[in-house]
Amino acid sequence: MTIGLGHYLGLAAILFTIGVFGIFVNRKNVIVILMSIELILLAVNINLVSFSVFLHDVVGQIYAMFVLTVAAAEAAVGLAILVTFFRNRGDIAVDDASMMKG
Amino acid sequence: MLNDAFALAGPEIILGAGALVLLVLGAFLGRGPVFSLAAVAVLAAAAVDAVMGPMGRAFSGGLVADPISTFAKVAIYAASAVAIPLGDAWMVKRGTARFEFPVLVVLAALGMGMMASAGDLISLYIGIELHSLALYILAAFQRDDAKSSEAGLKYFVLGALSSGLLLYGASLIYGFAGSTRFEVIAQVVQAHAGAGVLFGLVFLICGLAFKVSAAPFHMWTPDVYEGAPTPIVGFFAGAPKIAAMVLLARVLTEGFGGAIEQWRQVLSLIALASVAVGAFAGLAQKNLKRLWAYSSIANIGYALVGLAAGGQAGVQSMLMFMVLYTIDVTGFFACLAALNRDGKPMETMDDMAGLMKQRPGLALAMTAFSLSALGLPPFSGFFAKFYVFKAAIGAGGYMPAVAVAALVGSVVAAFYYLRLIKVMWLDEAPGATEAPAGGARVVAYSAALFALPVVLVALKGLDLLSLAAAAGLGLH
Repeated sequence: MTIGLGHYLGLAAILFTIGVFGIFVNRKNVIVILMSIELILLAVNINLVSFSVFLHDVVGQIYAMFVLTVAAAEAAVGLAILVTFFRNRGDIAVDDASMMKG
Repeated sequence: MLNDAFALAGPEIILGAGALVLLVLGAFLGRGPVFSLAAVAVLAAAAVDAVMGPMGRAFSGGLVADPISTFAKVAIYAASAVAIPLGDAWMVKRGTARFEFPVLVVLAALGMGMMASAGDLISLYIGIELHSLALYILAAFQRDDAKSSEAGLKYFVLGALSSGLLLYGASLIYGFAGSTRFEVIAQVVQAHAGAGVLFGLVFLICGLAFKVSAAPFHMWTPDVYEGAPTPIVGFFAGAPKIAAMVLLARVLTEGFGGAIEQWRQVLSLIALASVAVGAFAGLAQKNLKRLWAYSSIANIGYALVGLAAGGQAGVQSMLMFMVLYTIDVTGFFACLAALNRDGKPMETMDDMAGLMKQRPGLALAMTAFSLSALGLPPFSGFFAKFYVFKAAIGAGGYMPAVAVAALVGSVVAAFYYLRLIKVMWLDEAPGATEAPAGGARVVAYSAALFALPVVLVALKGLDLLSLAAAAGLGLH
């Protein structure tokens, strides 16, 4: 069996779904949410790189480089906000992030 | 060749270089009134450059300078420039002012300008992330305040999710259309809009709907608006939404003009859901920042009705709506930022009781903003809605029905706007309010003046400008 574009897209779709579910189903802590976000971005990168290879077009790989860079910046900002949240609450449980409701 | 490209990217270069210089200056010299003024000057220079600079495409079509990007950039930079003194004064009063604030606003403006100028999927993503990352930090700017950091965290998590959805859609569009450039995508869609491309488009629209807080992707909005510092909320509700709506208009008309029947259905659904959520969920709100979060969800619904109408009239109505709404919402949050009682910000409906007797100027301004958001003639909001409904009726098909349904939503929403006015005018005040800060008052009064008398004069000019901008989008 040869591995074709469909397999890569399938893998990316599965990773993407796991990432989205990780954000919504997870009730424990915010670090897991950050990991889920990374998972989503990595799924996108697999998509981009496999399309790039099968289209013989380098733009997809350039796009993937941008996504990697932005993902790093995003993680830095996310963790920084998480630190301020932890300092104010002493906890990073998702259920605690509920001062505002209604 | 390269010089032309750099000339085209003038506003971005000015903002990027300006932000970096300000960051270094701020780190060594600290903040002060001059520092904020310098940031405003950078934004003004970028706006002038956007108007005077050349038009065209550069960087392999990645960056577009055309009338609509110029129109959007001037509006975005102006809204950002207003946010700087407003936020600064508010934070100085609370002793939390930092030099990073003007720098972050300039960086956010840079990202929003890139969104308005994006000509392919890569610059679209970079623009969105550049402004989002700055906004996440701004939401959590009161870092000793538990509510503010919770708002920042929620905004970050849901914003990152929406970027992920958008990016997944972009990757599918790239794969199935074979290019990231909108022009090439347009040719592919024109020839045959396959399932893969349309699937990607739906993800892309969902991601952008998150950014403009349209239902059913609005759940972050009330929490973030309630927790984030008040003047910054005024900034959130205006400029970023103009940028995202212009970006949506460009993607849909330049990239997916051939698939208008498909995306019109999606946009109409999102628009009606937003109007309904904004109107009904707003009824139960006691906190004014939450209330105006729902109001902004409903108002984005109207802008989306205009965009769904499509064509030149549709895009023009969306531009008119967003500009008039931005002035309205900036003014309202300037009023909220100006009001304090016993050292605490006045944020709930009950706090506003008797405001007419104590602060007649601000109460009148808030009345004007509420009536304008409600869409009562002759306030600016009426003209905004008028353009949207005219475009929807002109589009034919099921669009007139969508417009009528949206109108029903605005009748429901009238209840909470009128209740606010009743509380301000007729109820008894529980205590004295503090004297409002000068800067916020200036912004509030000038926005209020715009909402009623000035708009009648400015309407003609705005009409021509937005029409030229919409025509420049290369529509039929």
